Amino acid sequence: MKTTVEESTVLDAKVLELNMGPQHPSTHGVLRVKLKLDGERVLDAECIIGYLHRGVEKISENRSYIKCVPYYDRTDYIAAVSNVYGYLLGVEAMMQIEVPKRAQYIRIMMTEFSRISSHLLWLATHAIDIGAMTVFLYCFREREEILKLFEALFGARLTTHAFRVGGLWKDLPAGFEEAARKFIDEFPERVDEYEQLLTKNRIWMARTQGIGVISGKEAIEWGLTGPVLRGSGMKHDVRKDRPYGGYEEFDFDVPVGENGDTYDRYLVRLEEMHQSRRIIQQVLDRLPDGPVRGKAPKIVKPPVGEYYSGIDGPRGELGYYIVSDGSAQPFRVRIRPPTFISLQVLRRLVRGHLMADVIAIIGTLDIVLGEVDR
Amino acid sequence: MMDFLRRIFFVDILKGLALTFRYTYRKVYTEQYPLEKPKLAGRYRGAPRLNNDPVTGETLCIACDLCAEICPEDLIVVGSQRDPESRKKVLTHYTFDTSRCLFCGLCQEVCPTNAIELTQDFELAAYDRRSMVWDRKQLEKGWDRIHFGKDYHK
Repeated sequence: MKTTVEESTVLDAKVLELNMGPQHPSTHGVLRVKLKLDGERVLDAECIIGYLHRGVEKISENRSYIKCVPYYDRTDYIAAVSNVYGYLLGVEAMMQIEVPKRAQYIRIMMTEFSRISSHLLWLATHAIDIGAMTVFLYCFREREEILKLFEALFGARLTTHAFRVGGLWKDLPAGFEEAARKFIDEFPERVDEYEQLLTKNRIWMARTQGIGVISGKEAIEWGLTGPVLRGSGMKHDVRKDRPYGGYEEFDFDVPVGENGDTYDRYLVRLEEMHQSRRIIQQVLDRLPDGPVRGKAPKIVKPPVGEYYSGIDGPRGELGYYIVSDGSAQPFRVRIRPPTFISLQVLRRLVRGHLMADVIAIIGTLDIVLGEVDR
Repeated sequence: MMDFLRRIFFVDILKGLALTFRYTYRKVYTEQYPLEKPKLAGRYRGAPRLNNDPVTGETLCIACDLCAEICPEDLIVVGSQRDPESRKKVLTHYTFDTSRCLFCGLCQEVCPTNAIELTQDFELAAYDRRSMVWDRKQLEKGWDRIHFGKDYHK
């Protein structure tokens, strides 16, 4: 961390410029935040991104539609299943490929599992940033169970390459449904444990209540989506507003917060895990039989045109804007990463807070730098 | 009043401590990884292998080049020669660059004869980059990894 003393203020204190990151463990990757400090108080913050830029959008222009898919696993590597899902929904809509019912249901189930696993990782790292070590270990235990399910179905734990054009690679393996049921039966008990450790804990409340407050109107002006917007009391969820892939058949609630602070966003995410569990329960109860891969041509060549497919990822609206020129390679793929947009609000949120709260606010925005930089 | 008493007696913190204390007597979840090998799922995509026919011992690869076509990273090179008598393509060499592999599994998915397969071996570390490019001999043998285990720590 390099520090420079810039100028004197009225009270004879110095304004200190401090570089937090890119190797800071609490910036969740390689984010660099240039802070202007007056003592411990933050006057201004500037985000410097791009340390993890790999040019995924450019790579997509040089690969065929099928070959692009594994690269999207690596944008938001914590919820890789959702990323692939958003892209494939776009390609399938462009080509008007019918996905069998069973494949649709399994896709929804796995996307919700990925939401739970992403929220668990968020809770684990957010808690350890603020100083609660135990929650970190408990969350990773549950996440491990989900990753084992991913491994059994997809063949990989993180970079899953989950879905294929027209459905899935293979049907559910033997014993998968029992393992999934076992997990969701035990899961509410586990969430209660986290709540017992955190929700009423005075240290947790002091560190999160009233920190990083943003009103609903302002959150919409900043273009925020997902739990960050819902924590401010705005009921926006792509799964409800523009249902895709069969979500309209399932019954779930959209939790919202009241105050729009870090504590409310924590409660919203905990409740979202319960709602995801409800969706998985319904999928397992109603899972139809049949094939898991529809009739998709060997060479994917969508007609000339443009298509935007947006899904509700764990961090907000995850969009893929695909432009096709009729060839086997996309002309352009633009990814709308939710965390790139929610990172912009960091500067507005940290002003006036203490240095230690910057870490809590970066945590509550739930950023993944692989997705921000792409 | 109750709230005040709760605050004085640290009820919120004690509840948390009671939970962590209960875990002292539970079964340990952690796997001792290098000593204890994890049991991987059958679909796990790890080290590649080029399969031989179990009966005749000849390679299953028909040198159709589909795996090299589908690979997003273009890391598979298939060399073939036409047999002058049977007019069939015969595999001459096959290289697979594991250092650039995404482990997406597209190669094993398109293979018509199940010749290329991603196996459950996952410890692919090597001492230099050149040995990460596997030739046909190594692909057929499978990955002979550096074996960790109890002896390793002695």
